[in-house]
Amino acid sequence: MARKYREIGKAGWGYTAITTVVGLIYFFPVLWIILTAFKTRTDALAVPPKLFFTPTFDNFVSVFYRSSITTGTSQATDMALYFFNSIFIAGVSVTAALIVGTLAAYAFSRYPLRGNDTYLFIILTTRMLPPIVVIIPIFLMFRLSGLAGSYWGIILLYTAFNIPFSVWLVKSFFDELNPEIEDAARMDGASERRVFFRFCIPQILAGLSATFVFGLILTWNEFLFALLLTGVETRTVPVAMARTMGGEVGVDYGLLAAIVTLFLIPIFFVTFLLQNQLLRGVTFGTVKK
Amino acid sequence: MAEASSTQGGFGAWLLDPKRRGALLVAPALTILFVMNIFPLLWSFGLSFFNYKASSQRTPKFKGLDNYADVLTDEKVWERFQTTAVIVASSVLLQLIVGFLLALLFAKAFPLRRIVLMLVLTPMMLSFVSVGVFFKLFYEPTFGIVSYVLNFFTTEKFVMLATPAGAIAGIVIADAWMWSPFVMLLVLAGLVSVPKYLYEAAEIDRASKWRTFWTITFPYIKSLLLLAVLFRTIETFKLFDIVYIITEGGPGSSTETIAVYLYRTGFQFFKTSQSSALAYIVLFIVIVLTNLYLYAVNRREAEVS
Repeated sequence: MARKYREIGKAGWGYTAITTVVGLIYFFPVLWIILTAFKTRTDALAVPPKLFFTPTFDNFVSVFYRSSITTGTSQATDMALYFFNSIFIAGVSVTAALIVGTLAAYAFSRYPLRGNDTYLFIILTTRMLPPIVVIIPIFLMFRLSGLAGSYWGIILLYTAFNIPFSVWLVKSFFDELNPEIEDAARMDGASERRVFFRFCIPQILAGLSATFVFGLILTWNEFLFALLLTGVETRTVPVAMARTMGGEVGVDYGLLAAIVTLFLIPIFFVTFLLQNQLLRGVTFGTVKK
Repeated sequence: MAEASSTQGGFGAWLLDPKRRGALLVAPALTILFVMNIFPLLWSFGLSFFNYKASSQRTPKFKGLDNYADVLTDEKVWERFQTTAVIVASSVLLQLIVGFLLALLFAKAFPLRRIVLMLVLTPMMLSFVSVGVFFKLFYEPTFGIVSYVLNFFTTEKFVMLATPAGAIAGIVIADAWMWSPFVMLLVLAGLVSVPKYLYEAAEIDRASKWRTFWTITFPYIKSLLLLAVLFRTIETFKLFDIVYIITEGGPGSSTETIAVYLYRTGFQFFKTSQSSALAYIVLFIVIVLTNLYLYAVNRREAEVS
């Protein structure tokens, strides 16, 4: 992928300067959020808005520890748990969807069922649905079955949420492979399992990581399902963020910005590492060449 | 696999028969989707014919198509659809323009490209909640940076979210800012698919840059742009979090999108059945859009191969 860009034209450091300026302008709102994380409460709401100020780390500390007004002792907040929840829930469900989706994608690509395209269409439709359409029955279903507020419930739901996209994307990567190599392996007596694990999977590893990163971005930030279906123990960071805004003293922007900044770091690095593969992810694998 | 199973006999052998391999591999995915998506959908389809309220204990009564009739004749619903259409159209258009320009800028290879590209990609990684809250702060008349900058040009106090047009613009800017990078990635995918020799040929013919763009580049990215439009339309159609946080549908109900309206009917007024009926109308529109999306995808495939 990376090599292909070079064919369009090469540019030097001058071009880097231009794009950096444009990039920074585009990045400005994010930069402002990050700066706000280092501001005191007064600086965060200063008039006029301050670009230069004495940075403080208090906000980052109070993400995890809050000093009690009455006793003066600091007390751990539940934010560490929420960060763990976000990582655990997103990690498990995206991985599960990737495994289940890859198996299904392999079947759709290599052993077409009767009505193959119909199945694929139904799968895609479930992804295109506004979550609000299914949320009422899911809410009722979770309440009746006791899944509401449990890790199982939200993981299962997020897995379902990621499957359509995994199936479509991974199928397109399987479709691209040359089946003659697989047939040759079969002629040499390789079992179906060996063909799948030794020949197909290694060839699409890049595609699988693209699927993973894109699923992760979407699941990481999901709010609506998490708001309605997680409990105190299983709350994710986006829900916790929304809850920090509910105080009677108004939004504590510094604190919120600190949470946003911390929450951005993991996804930022995963995306940076897998940047080249992401390009394929956005097109649902429909753009092949 | 086949050899091992033939010795077991019984159900195991039947299940692992090569004839059923496709079905077996697809089964886990379809089972999860059925339980978490299709079953709830059928449930709400059923609910849409009753007068069920999630907040009350009364046994729901069958109402037939009344809910659908109510929703379709409700003027409010049509207003919400109009609001949604305005927001979707302007946001998608803005995303296309910005995404396209960014893609042209980043199509070249240059030193540190990977890092500079991250500056543009980051908005996509933020949660809707944080984008909503901080854009609301930016628009704030006293503390907000947008108002601060605009006050250099006008003496009047600038209150972005006070007028319906301003509030819609505020939502559109936040959403377009977040998702233009996505369009950029799509267009980049199209730009790299243009065969190099075509550009070389154009250079030999001394074709102007403008002409090269329209006759060579554009045909290659045309269907990808269509794809971007459809995909973003479907996604923006669902826009909920940003609207809910920035304007809460206000001023009045001027920015209440169909998704926010659905949420309100279902979870604030607990008119579960009525909101299910409306959800089905939304579903119908989504299916139509999905079909268009697939049509665009197939066209793209036909063109590339």
